[in-house]
Amino acid sequence: MSEKPKVGVYVCHCGINIASTVDVEEIASFARDLPNVEVARTYSYMCSDPGQNLIKEDIREHGLNRVIVASCSPRMHEPTFRKTIQEAGVNPYFLEMANIREQCSWVHDDLEVATPKAKKLVAASVAKVRLLEALEETEVDAEPATLVIGAGIAGIQAALDIADAGFKVYLVEKTPSVGGRMAQLDKTFPTLDCSACILTPKMVDCAGHPNIELMTYSEVEEIGGYIGNFDVKVRKKARYVDFDKCTGCGDCANECRVKDRFPNEFDQGMGKRSAVYLPFPQAVPAKYTIDPEQCLYLTKGKCGKAPKCQEVCGVGAIDFEQEDEFVEFKVGAVIVATGFDPFDPSKKPEYGYDDYPNVITGMEMERLVSASGPTGGKITINNGEEEIEPKEVAFIKCVGSRDESVGNEYCSRVCCMYTAKQAHLVREKLPDANIRIYYMDVRAFGKGYEEFYDRVRRENVRYIRGNPSEIFKRGNKLVVKAENTLTSTPVEDEVDLVVLGVGMEPRKEMRDIMDLLRLSQSQDRFFLEAHPKLAPVDTATDGVFLAGCCQGPKDIPDTVAQAKGAASSAMIPLARGKVTISAQVAEVNEATCRGCGFCVEICPYSAIEMVTVNRFGYEIEVARVNEALCKGCGSCSAACLSDSIQPKSFRDWQILPQIAALGAMK
Amino acid sequence: MSIENQTFTEKYDLLGCIQCGRCTGGCPVTVRAELNVRHFVDQAYDEGKLDELARLAEIWDCTACHTCAVRCPKGLKPLEVLIGLRSMIVESGKVEPTVRDALQSVLLEGNPWEKARAARTDWMEGLDVKVAEEGQEVENLIFTCCTIAYDPRVQVVAKNMVKLLNQAGIDYAFLPEDESCCGSEVFTIGEEGLFEMLVEDNTEYLNNFNAGRIVTLSPHCYTTYKTHFPDIRIPLYHYTQLLDELVQEGSLSWKGELQKKIVYHDPCYLGKQGGIYDEPRRLLKSIPGVELLEFDRRRERSLCCEGGGGKMWIESQSTEERLADTRIKDARELGADIVAAACPFCVLTLEDAMKGLGYEEEMRVAEITELLGELIEA
Ligand SMILES: Cc1cc2nc3c(=O)[nH]c(=O)nc-3n(C[C@H](O)[C@H](O)[C@H](O)COP(=O)(O)OP(=O)(O)OC[C@H]3O[C@@H](n4cnc5c(N)ncnc54)[C@H](O)[C@@H]3O)c2cc1C
Ligand code: SF4
Ligand code: SF4
Ligand code: SF4
Ligand code: SF4
Repeated sequence: MSEKPKVGVYVCHCGINIASTVDVEEIASFARDLPNVEVARTYSYMCSDPGQNLIKEDIREHGLNRVIVASCSPRMHEPTFRKTIQEAGVNPYFLEMANIREQCSWVHDDLEVATPKAKKLVAASVAKVRLLEALEETEVDAEPATLVIGAGIAGIQAALDIADAGFKVYLVEKTPSVGGRMAQLDKTFPTLDCSACILTPKMVDCAGHPNIELMTYSEVEEIGGYIGNFDVKVRKKARYVDFDKCTGCGDCANECRVKDRFPNEFDQGMGKRSAVYLPFPQAVPAKYTIDPEQCLYLTKGKCGKAPKCQEVCGVGAIDFEQEDEFVEFKVGAVIVATGFDPFDPSKKPEYGYDDYPNVITGMEMERLVSASGPTGGKITINNGEEEIEPKEVAFIKCVGSRDESVGNEYCSRVCCMYTAKQAHLVREKLPDANIRIYYMDVRAFGKGYEEFYDRVRRENVRYIRGNPSEIFKRGNKLVVKAENTLTSTPVEDEVDLVVLGVGMEPRKEMRDIMDLLRLSQSQDRFFLEAHPKLAPVDTATDGVFLAGCCQGPKDIPDTVAQAKGAASSAMIPLARGKVTISAQVAEVNEATCRGCGFCVEICPYSAIEMVTVNRFGYEIEVARVNEALCKGCGSCSAACLSDSIQPKSFRDWQILPQIAALGAMK
Repeated sequence: MSIENQTFTEKYDLLGCIQCGRCTGGCPVTVRAELNVRHFVDQAYDEGKLDELARLAEIWDCTACHTCAVRCPKGLKPLEVLIGLRSMIVESGKVEPTVRDALQSVLLEGNPWEKARAARTDWMEGLDVKVAEEGQEVENLIFTCCTIAYDPRVQVVAKNMVKLLNQAGIDYAFLPEDESCCGSEVFTIGEEGLFEMLVEDNTEYLNNFNAGRIVTLSPHCYTTYKTHFPDIRIPLYHYTQLLDELVQEGSLSWKGELQKKIVYHDPCYLGKQGGIYDEPRRLLKSIPGVELLEFDRRRERSLCCEGGGGKMWIESQSTEERLADTRIKDARELGADIVAAACPFCVLTLEDAMKGLGYEEEMRVAEITELLGELIEA
């Protein structure tokens, strides 16, 4: 610290947010008397242009080299004011924020209490700012490629946008085909486009795109590194079918000894498939896969004299010797687009989903009305006795959503509209059916949604306000036990088919991804975004973005919009070709480090590793910080027994005087 | 005591209600009574209306089955609004004489059946039964229940329990005659003061025993202790859990067989409220010869028999078919020889219905212990 500190203190009114409970003028005059303070001023909004200019002018005029802004949380405007002083030629790390809003004016309503407290906070900042060091940010090259995990509509859209912009994309999908849940849908609200018609072209595009390397039936095993430089390892699961040879003719599935024996996941188990299968006719890639848990040869070691598929495959694509393969590559950014699980209605046993074949989920209904579905689009259902065309059809909304009894407080945002859509499709196919929708609220918030709801109602779909409580059987009818809350009448409504408007839940296996990428969950258990309003596609891990229903329930329009947002965010480091590494990171004093490794364990960002160094001829272990991963959180320094690891700007000798200043004043 | 100053709205979280209708939709008595519990949740917001609401006869139709509470998506307990209204009536003293007498009897004799406390263990006569002493270390402390202790029809539950436990040779002891009512019905009738007293006294009383666990014979005691007695330090069990455990580990086995079709009726207090569904079924299935049938309305969807909620002392005004009748008819249609339950109230109500319907010749209503007891006699 060669030059003498010259401090400027800027007290913000924040409109009335601060000024109504803190006497800002008094703070300024108090600050003027503190050591090293050259100027102290107040202004209505420090973050505004004139506010920032005030600081810049003072820096020029008074030769300030340290700045304190007494305003809001550093989370809010620290970056703003760092930039301000940098533009005026002062090292951006010579800034302190005294948080007199969140930590003071907002939590007090008494001027007499808040003003003295704000003084303390400012005095503490002055004590610290004098001791700050100039820090330099560094830049590293960013790998111009992106990993997209999950190839539902969100992953597909993000991959296409990034690839179209000229960057490489690795698109990793767990199942044998891309498409996700949208591929299972029949028509889509509110415009009733056929889902396959609008999705299939995109599926084909992403498989054929020169910039997209598609890996289906694959999972991410490991991700290391940091923004700009992630090291990825992917497991490509053995399909037991040679990818390049297979022509997708389907002879193997047709001849399979356990042909059409297993529930077809794509048809929600309502249709059957063989042990070697293509999930659905439009699957991309159109390559068959052998299910290792069902194939006779793979489970029992024997399939007749010789495996039938192998016998019939004209191109010799069946390969039981195949093993999982691993591929490794580098990317600059990651997009997580792993989607959702439909709510499992077994968790609400009162609806009898496990007991009655004619109680089905919305997802099953999609397959039932689909021309490519198990019934060829004919709505027939087994009522426990026989296959019938239902005459009385009931939909129940909010199944598993807005329901604390199953731990889901949130609204799933799609079931209002998809039940309306499905009611419309039932009306189209069964003109004489009596259709009713049991609802609590109708949430038709999107573009064209209210209009669609109106149309469906006018197609003679009855909306009954009341959420049913129970389903049981009487004769060959299902009884929906509910209350019509508009007329206060309890009802026992006899129907042939009940469609449960199940909501969305986070993927069961999301924990794997959370661990891989150090992501967190929000209250609703979906992935947590960095900020619900201003950073909805970002995460706490730099360079990792969210798209689609993995972040929360969404319809297709919102999913696509978010995917495009995530794609554009992911491309920022890629387009710049560089990423800036924060300077406010932890630093190890190798001379005193005992090599115990406590910090390695404690670091939530896995930013510390042990390295061997040579000291006077001795090999010793010391901790080393990866500055690109370190967030400067300070956990390590709290754990270190020899005070050898400390975050820059928060070193003991910088914060102890600050704390002392807080305590010293009464 | 801020709780006492809470308004109705605060106490029952009325503002949390989204008027979804699931409570009334699930309420079993709506098919025979005027009761619309959601309506009460809605209307009780208006403090000025409470007196009027409390005077409505249908608040006494609630059986405290708790279906409304189990189904509520917002964690409300709608039935407690009814109980709150009942307590206004109880406080004013304008209750049916039968109810008043039952409450008086709990206060004075520790049971609602107007029986002397001294007679509480009369059922033990002639039995080789171990009785607990305070401070004594015992693995299984048995809580008998007022109804089982005094009602001659269901005393068999306790008596057979003694035989079963002796047979299994495990460490157990029944509570002596100073065992008092768990307050299940006191709570649902709305005698708040008396219930608070029972919570305090019983908690202290039970904690004084050095027991590994408390095994209740009635699901009403089981659930009431579990939900309303947070300070009982000893783990609580229902007897079906204990017996199931003994059968699973081979400490209990059956002599002879029972060539019968049995349908098990899930008591609301054991199933919906206690979450115990499998143990009673496993017990019945362990009996050689038994074919276990299932009601369509079973487990979480079981139909209430209307035995709880103080209904033992309050006759419903309704002339519609009683739910116990529906239940018995369903059992007959299934072809059941025996309707088994694991609750004294269910047994009393269902048997009453069976007799009323004149099915005595073809069917039998039995507590599970009744059947098991017959299978250990040599
Ligand atoms: C019954 C029903 C009907 C609907 N109807 C409509 C409608 O008409 N209109 C509308 O706008 N919206 C509708 N929706 C909503 C629509 O389905 C979703 O908005 C959309 O599917 C979300 O896409 P996604 O890509 O985020 O998730 P998903 O479709 O779930 O895709 C996620 C993909 O990620 C893959 N994946 C998961 N985990 C991993 C992993 N660890 N590694 C690799 N890959 C992984 C999955 O296999 C899947 O392919 C409906 C929803 C339901 C439930
Ligand atoms: S028979 Fe051979 S080429 Fe045809 S789908 Fe099967 S594996 Fe592919
Ligand atoms: S979208 Fe509609 S049906 Fe789905 S949870 Fe929300 S309110 Fe309920
Ligand atoms: S179930 Fe709960 S939320 Fe729904 S109406 Fe009843 S009390 Fe209100
Ligand atoms: S406890 Fe049972 S009977 Fe009483 S209101 Fe609730 S559902 Fe109805």
